[in-house]
Amino acid sequence: MGYRVSRETLDLWLATHAADYEIWAPHRFVGEGCFSDTDSVRYARVTKLEEIELKERSHYSFKEALTPASQTLFYFTQEACTEPEPPVKGAILLLRSCDLHALRRLDDMYLHNGPADYYYARLRERVKVVLLGCAASCESGFCVSMGTNVSENYDMSLDPVAGDFLVDCKDADWAAFFAARGCGEEPVTPAHVEENAVKVTVPEKLSPAVAKASLWNQYDKRCINCGRCNFVCPTCTCFTMQDLYYDENARLGERRRVWASCMVDGFTDVAGGGSYRKKNGERMRFKVLHKMLDYKQRKGYQMCVGCGRCDDVCPEYISFSGCVNHLDEAMKEVQGK
Amino acid sequence: MDMNTAKLKKNAFRVTKVRGKTASRVRVPGGHLEAKYLPVLQEIAEKYGNGTLHITNRQGFEIPGIDFADVDKVNAALQSIIEGLEINQEEEDAGYPASGTRNVIACIGNRVCPFGCYDTTGLAKRIEKAIFPNDLHFKVACTGCPNDCAKVRMHDFGIMGMTEPQFDPNRCVSCEACIKACRTRSVGALSMQNFRPVRDAKKCIGCGVCVINCPDRAWTRSKKKYYRLTLLGRTGKKNPRMGEDFIKWVDEESILKIILNTYDYVKEYIDPNAPGGKEHIGYIVDRTGVEEFLRWALKDVDLPPEAEVYTPLYWKGVKY
Ligand code: SF4
Ligand code: SF4
Repeated sequence: MGYRVSRETLDLWLATHAADYEIWAPHRFVGEGCFSDTDSVRYARVTKLEEIELKERSHYSFKEALTPASQTLFYFTQEACTEPEPPVKGAILLLRSCDLHALRRLDDMYLHNGPADYYYARLRERVKVVLLGCAASCESGFCVSMGTNVSENYDMSLDPVAGDFLVDCKDADWAAFFAARGCGEEPVTPAHVEENAVKVTVPEKLSPAVAKASLWNQYDKRCINCGRCNFVCPTCTCFTMQDLYYDENARLGERRRVWASCMVDGFTDVAGGGSYRKKNGERMRFKVLHKMLDYKQRKGYQMCVGCGRCDDVCPEYISFSGCVNHLDEAMKEVQGK
Repeated sequence: MDMNTAKLKKNAFRVTKVRGKTASRVRVPGGHLEAKYLPVLQEIAEKYGNGTLHITNRQGFEIPGIDFADVDKVNAALQSIIEGLEINQEEEDAGYPASGTRNVIACIGNRVCPFGCYDTTGLAKRIEKAIFPNDLHFKVACTGCPNDCAKVRMHDFGIMGMTEPQFDPNRCVSCEACIKACRTRSVGALSMQNFRPVRDAKKCIGCGVCVINCPDRAWTRSKKKYYRLTLLGRTGKKNPRMGEDFIKWVDEESILKIILNTYDYVKEYIDPNAPGGKEHIGYIVDRTGVEEFLRWALKDVDLPPEAEVYTPLYWKGVKY
């Protein structure tokens, strides 16, 4: 059911639902960007409309709401393990279409890739989604190429229009909330992008043979293996384990899982001192082919959702989409055509 | 040919080696100006000067080859620049007033440079507003970070941008980018303890390299901007020397007060027979002793609690 909702009513909706849900939305952290006097747009828990960044696509994805960068799994003593209390509230995520598609990838990785991840699952079943419409394409995104520009599996959509908001409520309780507050009913279709400036074509016949192409060599020097591209990515799910023994009493500690990056040193370290993909070009190859080849072979659809965040964050101006668009040539090179 | 050279110099014109010819000195506070003023300079140089411009060490332009007779016309022509740069002027169309206190210079700062910790030109202009016009010989420079591209340690007051890095352990992914960057590009103030970086606050110089290199915004900049203030560096014939550390983690307000207080101190103690009424502050301090100088400089200055004042203050340098 579609409604036209005033700012006041939407604020009331946020305040009301903040009681039972952590509401995660893009938020502008003023002055917290990489450089002085620049901002960082990341997901944060909000309770008011003014805390939500409605224009700019967030620099970091929503994934931290479900899988924090550093998450304690349990505390241990010599005798026992204790789990942290489960989250008290459910979560409402305000997601743009690309990110809503990314949520499907997270679900596939954490829930349908072997046994379900306990920590992910217990929060995930209490998640609701608000789709933030995209009235215009962001600069670096290529959602249309990846087929992630349209989403329908939301509980509510949200589009700012001329001082008000248009919402399409699939959630009956939320629809009732707006109806009870006299919001005018009207048909609403969430805004979405039909074309991006960046277009990406993945070659039909892309195969692992492309690993031998010369394309990857340039990244040996260009890439500084900082991992930003992974940390901002809504579909990167790798983590590592840390067993932490407290300084004050080394018999107590905690196990936590922490985001890991296939671009950063140490990712492939194995017992016995082995380490693989030492060159940054090899890491880039691994990342690109995981996103655009391996995952699809396993799951039947591409992992990358085309949000463009990795392009925007790379300090060395390495473009993921640019690289993907060279795969065709790279295939021809290895096939000797 | 009759010319009051003291008046000429005070009006920011130089007595040159060519008899009857002067050079107009156009100060650009903070070294940043709108490009639309360049044609004005071009016109003055071509109409009244010899068609050339010198880019000065202190971020100004010097227009040589001007006839004494044209000084008033040049001053009138400079008016749009003087207004555009918001120079404190005493009389309209009368050119730059006073030339004793030198142009406050700035590196390009955070308007452009990724390392800059603040808007250097903005601060230079703020200082300009507070201290000009003034005949006393003061040199002030602003640099964005401890790289000190503006060479502020060669100034009476050197202002270096700092940030106090803030750490959010919940965003840390233990990648050690900050540790490596601080070790190789800065002073090595970070060490890894229990999977997380620990900052040695004493060693840290507030350069912000850890913030720039953190891939996940675990390190961010402090809301407050801080500075390192260095004192009484100078070039010159007798005893050139580097400015010494005076206060670390000082704020903008305190810096302004300290500079203004120093003007009062110099007025009190300057050698009345100093040639041209100019004496480097450092020589005055050598005479009165540092204690007396500090008594004046820190008068009514309310330093933030984080500020660390270096003591004792001692300058070295080359002595002839
Ligand atoms: S591609 Fe860019 S963002 Fe990713 S690791 Fe390399 S330098 Fe960092
Ligand atoms: S601010 Fe500079 S000196 Fe201080 S910890 Fe960070 S990199 Fe090291």
